[in-house]
Amino acid sequence: MAKKQVMFTFPRELVEQPIIYHLSHKFQVVTNIRRADVSEDRGWVVLELEGDEREIEAGIAWVKEKGVRVDPVIGDIVEG
Amino acid sequence: MSYATGLRCRKCGQEYKLQPLRVCDFCLSALEVIYDYRAMFKVVNHEIISRGPRSIWRYRQLLPIDGEPLDIGTGFTPLFKADNLGEELGLHRLYIKNDCLNPTYSFKDRAVAVAVNKAKEFGFDTVACASTGNLAASVAAYAAKAKMRAYVFVPANVEAGKLTSVAIYKPNLVTVDGSYDDVNRLCAELSQKYNWGFININLRAYYAEGSKTLGYEICEQLDWQPPDCIVAPAGSGLMFTRIWKGLQELSMLGLIGPVNTHMYLAQAAGSSPIVHAFETGTLHVHPVTPKTIVSSIAIGNPADGYYALMVARQSGGGAVSVSDEEALQGLELLAQTEGIFAEPAGGVVIASLRKLVARGIVNKDQVTVALITGAGPRTQEVVSYTIRTLKVRPSVESFQEAISLPV
Repeated sequence: MAKKQVMFTFPRELVEQPIIYHLSHKFQVVTNIRRADVSEDRGWVVLELEGDEREIEAGIAWVKEKGVRVDPVIGDIVEG
Repeated sequence: MSYATGLRCRKCGQEYKLQPLRVCDFCLSALEVIYDYRAMFKVVNHEIISRGPRSIWRYRQLLPIDGEPLDIGTGFTPLFKADNLGEELGLHRLYIKNDCLNPTYSFKDRAVAVAVNKAKEFGFDTVACASTGNLAASVAAYAAKAKMRAYVFVPANVEAGKLTSVAIYKPNLVTVDGSYDDVNRLCAELSQKYNWGFININLRAYYAEGSKTLGYEICEQLDWQPPDCIVAPAGSGLMFTRIWKGLQELSMLGLIGPVNTHMYLAQAAGSSPIVHAFETGTLHVHPVTPKTIVSSIAIGNPADGYYALMVARQSGGGAVSVSDEEALQGLELLAQTEGIFAEPAGGVVIASLRKLVARGIVNKDQVTVALITGAGPRTQEVVSYTIRTLKVRPSVESFQEAISLPV
């Protein structure tokens, strides 16, 4: 089992979509929300994903395909 | 022995013992080093500091390092009154803090100095980072001095010229065939698989502390007076927050008076998520995809963006962005008035300061410090357009003709 800590950033058109619910139903991934801030026009969620590494990757790819931005929870690592 | 007592989550306050740690286990937020300031207060004074080495280690009691620090001569860079540039910008009391004059030519040496020393204390034999320039060179240089293995990850499309200033120190230079985001993701994963000291990941809390020394030095070099304004570039926002922390600590320790410094943050318009949050009044720094030539601060998802935003607001300062063109104009102005060839982030600072003056936000009599955080040669191709030569034949007549001046 692998764990991955990520931040999802939702654009306005996806704020009302139950994406995290679908993520945990379509894929064998446990979603564990740690922090979040969602308003009517945008939102972000910091969460831990737990499951088989391939399931997590497939789940993240699906979330991205939906239009959600996915970042490492520690922010950008590549510095100038 | 240092006066550092542990790590604390900046969001939920959870405390941890001093150790390599990426984020808070509970809320996955950033961590910071905490100190026993009461004990520190009893030993730190102006005299002790002034007797110290002319490097960041003159402030070693305020840093989280236990043993004798390994040093390649980082810090205590010049702060000087920039009258020529001040005249151009309409400022009577403008100072430049020239951090180009660090061992690997950027302020990153301050942060890396602390992180690599801490890595050694924690018993790591390998340090690693992902970078397109300044950080990579600094980590490679410090690892060489510390006799540690270094892994430096760079996107495969980085210009060869930039790699030279890293390769000379002979780290394991890994070019990643992928986008900027791919390198981010890969390194985040590697940091969980390998027991290495990742400079800005599991050592980030210590790495951050090195940048406080910028705040210390600015005050000490102004005869222990905090300036009225500081203008600094921001990529991840980490340095900006730590300059502020440095000022707060000096005040708390009685080394300077109350801090009324206005902190102004400067970004390139093509990568300005913090400025955007400041201008729109939101609390969340919304990630962007960077599109700017100012590569040293082109960070779309700044780890310390929120905290940098808070510092700009709480200090009564602000956040300004400038176009790449304005940044290059600023870069030229700095070189042509003060003789300093900075990297484009320096141009962002000068151009932002020009805007702040034009808007009446920074006024001519305020003691203002502009922070120049990295030297130009590593990215000199961005100003190759400045080359204009007088072409002459090898004769006096030809030269006189070319300069159109009578003898």
